[in-house]
Amino acid sequence: MSAHAHAPKRSGIADWLTTVDHKKIGILYLIAGGFFFLAGGIEALLIRLQLMYPNLSLVGAKTFNELITMHGTTMIFLAAMPVIFALMNAIVPLQIGARDVAFPFVNALGFWLFFFGGVLINTSWFLGGAPDAGWTSYATLALNQYSKGSGVDFYVLGLQIAGLGTLIGGINFLVTIINMRAPGMTFMRMPMFTWSAFVTSGLILFAFPAVTVGLVLLMFDRLFGAAFFNPDMGGNVVIWQHLFWIFGHPEVYILILPAFGIISEVVSTFSRKRLFGYSSMVFATALIGFLGFMVWAHHMFTTGMGPVANTLFGLATMLIAVPTGIKIFNWLLTMWGGQIRFPTANLFAVGFIPTFTIGGMTGVMLSIPAADYQYHDTYFVVAHFHYVIVGGMAFGLFAGLYYWWPKMFGKVLNETLGKWSFWTFFIGFHLTFFPQHFLGLMGMPRRVFTFLPGQNLEFGNFISTIGVFGMTIGTILFLLNAYVTAKSGKRAPADPWDGRTLEWSIPSPPPEYNFAQTPLVRGLDALWVEKMAGNKGMTPAEPLGSIHMPSGSILPFLMSGGLFIAGYGFMYHKYVLVGIGMVIFFSCMMIRSLKDDPGYHIDPVEMDEKGVKA
Amino acid sequence: MATHHVSTVLPDEPEKATLEGKNKILGFWLFLGGETVLFGSLFATFIALRDQTNGGPTSQQLFDMPLVAAATLILLTSSLTSVFAILALHKHDLKKMQVWMTVTVLLGLCFLALEIYEFVHYVHMGHKMTSGAFGSAFYTLVGFHGAHVLFGIIWIATIQLQTVKKGLTVVTAPKFYLASLYWHFIDVVWVFIFTVVYLMGMIGGKVG
Repeated sequence: MSAHAHAPKRSGIADWLTTVDHKKIGILYLIAGGFFFLAGGIEALLIRLQLMYPNLSLVGAKTFNELITMHGTTMIFLAAMPVIFALMNAIVPLQIGARDVAFPFVNALGFWLFFFGGVLINTSWFLGGAPDAGWTSYATLALNQYSKGSGVDFYVLGLQIAGLGTLIGGINFLVTIINMRAPGMTFMRMPMFTWSAFVTSGLILFAFPAVTVGLVLLMFDRLFGAAFFNPDMGGNVVIWQHLFWIFGHPEVYILILPAFGIISEVVSTFSRKRLFGYSSMVFATALIGFLGFMVWAHHMFTTGMGPVANTLFGLATMLIAVPTGIKIFNWLLTMWGGQIRFPTANLFAVGFIPTFTIGGMTGVMLSIPAADYQYHDTYFVVAHFHYVIVGGMAFGLFAGLYYWWPKMFGKVLNETLGKWSFWTFFIGFHLTFFPQHFLGLMGMPRRVFTFLPGQNLEFGNFISTIGVFGMTIGTILFLLNAYVTAKSGKRAPADPWDGRTLEWSIPSPPPEYNFAQTPLVRGLDALWVEKMAGNKGMTPAEPLGSIHMPSGSILPFLMSGGLFIAGYGFMYHKYVLVGIGMVIFFSCMMIRSLKDDPGYHIDPVEMDEKGVKA
Repeated sequence: MATHHVSTVLPDEPEKATLEGKNKILGFWLFLGGETVLFGSLFATFIALRDQTNGGPTSQQLFDMPLVAAATLILLTSSLTSVFAILALHKHDLKKMQVWMTVTVLLGLCFLALEIYEFVHYVHMGHKMTSGAFGSAFYTLVGFHGAHVLFGIIWIATIQLQTVKKGLTVVTAPKFYLASLYWHFIDVVWVFIFTVVYLMGMIGGKVG
């Protein structure tokens, strides 16, 4: 055992390229997702500048189409999901008292697949133009005759690679949560964030294969002359819509459920009360996850499915308001009578509640098929989903980042900058998107690069563009905050917020093995239970012993790089490149399969030397 | 976790003896859940497009019962032989397990050979990927299944080679167990392809 008692010493970039530590992978997801968030944000800024005045020609129609496509695609797939994965990676194993995730190697592979897929899509800007068929990439618009050039090919191949990464990441979380919980951590004692991570991973598992198939069919049509979506050859374009939304609607809940989980944690901690109606929250989360699969066709009311289908999907959609309402009231009742504090994390969480509720209410409006014929493809829809996704998920993610930053990086973010960042972002957000409801009701169509003067659309558009500056300032202040905090020498304590869940029982940032001794969980809000019993920390469930850890590996990076190369090969019909990429991919897979990883051990003596204890 | 502590006495179900083995089995079942959605989507697409021949040959003109029946028989038998392999694994009889796994791989290769022959034959009859929506949907669904068979053959052969060197341990046992799960899954998908693509494609005139 002593033969491989030490971790192989890697430092600097090599360490980050080979890491299989879920906490480091979380940081990688945060950096990469943050980078793409900025790219998507700049695209949004350009979109709004183009629409600041009527008849502007700042970017023009072609670039505008590319901007809206890339903004949507980037924000959903390359910014929002990775930042969710960042928090899930950094926190979920800690919340369930696990030493590691179930599949550390697969976890790393998931990250690198997402990263290379995202880079592939974004290189389109420099290689002949970005995808321009909208983030939904509807056929026939996305087929060769209407989207010439290779833009949509980048979309198809990049999302395919990134989607694979997300799928295996989801499986990793499911197995981790089912099999790796500490003794006493029953399902009904799991923190809400872990619950939401669990349901979200389930949605990923069943939603992503549908879009995988959709993308394969589109790729075959575009690159190999297949006829799935070509009506002249017997193809059917509605198949794309079904496959896309069978994935796309659950995707909305893949995004928002983790935000719900974060809000539950933050509101409970900063009200110093246990979450009101915990079991109803669990039930509501699962129910929303289930209903998320039953409603995809509400995106297709105007496709011509007929009144029966429209009615059923409309009713199913309205049903989602019930569990969501349960959640909203539970958060309010958690705060009721609590000792509420308002650090930035809680400001974002409390700001989330009314904002998301507005998004939910417009959602119920949209779920009425007859009314949807009026709203369809107008700015009302744009306002609705930005209230849900920015006002809901982005606020939730900011709350989560401020809340868990100390655990991830060992430093507490600066509160003054944090509050400035919240208020500028919050006010900017409402200025941007609230007027868009009215613009939509007045008939302004989405996806069109300009509008005409004299139709009363000038004022709303102008205000909306001004609001974007507020959100931009808020984002810059957040980045500044991260920088200032990193520079300051002040270390965060293990438990800066007087927390309730397990992650606060270990040092910030946690050692690579998380828990020196696996904790024994004796109730909901495990750490709070011990605090109330007058204990200093968690009771260990096992004696102090040597800890087995997996070794790092460069293979996930190389495998993803192989698919990246093969992606270009497919796109440009250079089958030598496809061959090279696939050989790299499959040889790495074979090396992984044939070479068993012995891992290494960390001895208790070593832990004592470092002075790190659980 | 401690996978390197290979005990001298192999437990009854070596594939589930370690947490790592248990994780792999659960993760693989979940993966198969995702694969079900994948094939479900392909089936739905095929059903929607199966009559859209665009002037090319119809399924009634193409499909030939003896060939498909032979392929089906071979693949179903290979599922049975992989069960024998896992029974041998549970008895810790490495040699017997290797024999049955080899039979499974050989049957898989026979199936694949028939499929390749079938595809070449159809292309000569004017039924191509690019000839219409029916062709696209047919080759994508059946071809995806074929690619899965090919992957399974390479996978099983690889772990068989590895086991020659390493023997049957708590590390190698889960790999065989997973491979057999995968193989059964491929078989179940084929049963649906046999029914939905071939049987429903052969009966009657225009279907649906």
